[in-house]
Amino acid sequence: MTELDKSGAADEILVGGDAREGRPRRRRVRADARGRAPLPLLLPALVGLAFLLLPLIALLVRAPWRSLPDQLTSPEVWQALQLSLVCATAATAVSLVLGVPLAWLLARTDFPGRGFVRALVTLPLVLPPVVGGVALLLALGRNGVVGQWLDSAFGITLPFTTAGVVVAEAFVAMPFLVISVEGTLRAADPRYEEAATTLGASRFTAFRRVTLPLIAPGIAAGSVLAWARALGEFGATITFAGNFPGRTQTMPLAVYLALQNDPAAAIALSLVLLAVSIAVLAGLRDRWMTAS
Amino acid sequence: MTDIDDATGSLPTTDAAAAGLDAHLVVNRGAFHLDVALAAAPGDVVALLGPNGAGKTTALRALAGLTPFTGGHLRLDGVALDRTPPESRPVGVVFQDYLLFPHLSALDNIAFGPRCQGAPKAEARAQAAEWLDRMGLADHAGAKPRRLSGGQAQRVALARALATHPRLLLLDEPLAALDARTRLDVRAQLRRHLADFEAVAVLVTHDPLDAMVLADRLVVIEHGRVVQEGTPSDIARHPRTDYIAQLVGLNLYKGLAEGHTVQLDSGPAITTTEDLAGPAFVAFPPGAVTLHRDRPTGSSARNLWHCEVTGLETHGDQIRADLTGELPLAADLTTVAAAELDLHPGATVWATVKAAQTHAYPA
Repeated sequence: MTELDKSGAADEILVGGDAREGRPRRRRVRADARGRAPLPLLLPALVGLAFLLLPLIALLVRAPWRSLPDQLTSPEVWQALQLSLVCATAATAVSLVLGVPLAWLLARTDFPGRGFVRALVTLPLVLPPVVGGVALLLALGRNGVVGQWLDSAFGITLPFTTAGVVVAEAFVAMPFLVISVEGTLRAADPRYEEAATTLGASRFTAFRRVTLPLIAPGIAAGSVLAWARALGEFGATITFAGNFPGRTQTMPLAVYLALQNDPAAAIALSLVLLAVSIAVLAGLRDRWMTAS
Repeated sequence: MTDIDDATGSLPTTDAAAAGLDAHLVVNRGAFHLDVALAAAPGDVVALLGPNGAGKTTALRALAGLTPFTGGHLRLDGVALDRTPPESRPVGVVFQDYLLFPHLSALDNIAFGPRCQGAPKAEARAQAAEWLDRMGLADHAGAKPRRLSGGQAQRVALARALATHPRLLLLDEPLAALDARTRLDVRAQLRRHLADFEAVAVLVTHDPLDAMVLADRLVVIEHGRVVQEGTPSDIARHPRTDYIAQLVGLNLYKGLAEGHTVQLDSGPAITTTEDLAGPAFVAFPPGAVTLHRDRPTGSSARNLWHCEVTGLETHGDQIRADLTGELPLAADLTTVAAAELDLHPGATVWATVKAAQTHAYPA
């Protein structure tokens, strides 16, 4: 009895507090109350569904399936794909190194203006990426607030470099990770950290050896989300890092460029990104697709 | 012994400032005020007893350094710890739901403390293995906490706290998470481990039986203040508030059981319904005691003692009689019954308790 209860409690912490056991029951209740959907709701619902699915179906219908292998093995596509994967992964790494501590700060400490800081962190979620790119230029550009100092003191130039792509992607993707990790941290029992400190662990040791393993699932989910967002990043990247093949031209940029002179290549590239997106969704299905 | 003002006198351990615990905990949080003085010598087991919301857990957290003091002081073996962060205090905590780290095995949970204190990994694990062995859990070294039963988890939590060699061991409702059956065994084991522990142990509980079995001294807290402290039998027989009278309504004895009889260490034997062998406790509530002016004849009660009334106290519509004689005990009776018996200090009475109303369990 006790053993069952305890493992249930542990599960709850690991999945970030969403009551897994409660879900089937809730669904059953809803099925009872369902009945027939009224037409004024059903009709727009179906139109909405079609609206969301139609473009994806069109992409599959018009895909140049026969020339697809050639398209995907062309050096330009490989180059863009490689650059995209490298940059998205690097941006995720940057987000992890900076974002997890930031999430901890937001979830576990209390300081004046914490709500305001939290709002600022989430701003890039709603900010048009192009605006983000412009802002990054003003901050880290050759004549930017920090950029000119970076340039004169260290000879570091970020805009229009591969590193610039990573910076732009991290700027846009990190909030996804922070929000996800913060949520998991809030759901995790802070008393485990207290237990660790009574055993002689400093707060950092407690975080490293107790909290981090406990919130690992949340960090993994946040990383995947951030990685997917970084992979698809367009606006901030093209504004801050430009569109140089092999250096800053990632997949989305390549799709946009190809659409103008080689639509078949654009479709092929889009299919790759679609496949990646579906893979990400499949990987996270436990976390979001069933969360109703 | 050091030169310490003995005038306060009420505490049995006035040399606590030199060795052991000397604490005055003051915590103000919103409308809640905690103001509790605690002193204990090495080897003492003190139980903080009180209703929910009385401030027991806050007091424990303050001792551990998890809740900051508003005032007062904390000295352990003469060292002031008020400003010391929890990780630097020689204090071990067994939490109510144990808080074993779910991602670590039983062994690594215990090794966590020694590791944090700077022991090399192999050394810490060897120490942890020793503790597991001592707790009779050597076979469960690799088990994750979710694979442990409640009683096993409790022992791992105790070993984890003791592995840091604390000078003060804190236990928060150590038996509350267990079902009634496991509770008996675990209580007896915990009692032995606490008896072996050479430093100060403070436990928090709302269960008077746990407190009386495990602790040498009870400190009863109500509304953030100490309302009474003393030995378990002292408090059971002279409760100072109605709450304590209801709470600690237990006569508790220790003896050697053989079959349905428990021969007390000092005094008579008590007949019980439980069939036991070896060291045992017997408990029965004061309400189970019936008093008679003359020796009852034909009574089915096997437990009959001749006693003298030493005190009477009114609690609500009940009177608690304090009796000495063959068996010191407390008896509850109504005011009407007390008047009919003409009870007064010095009066002699016969006390009976039915075996069915006693409760015996292994010590």
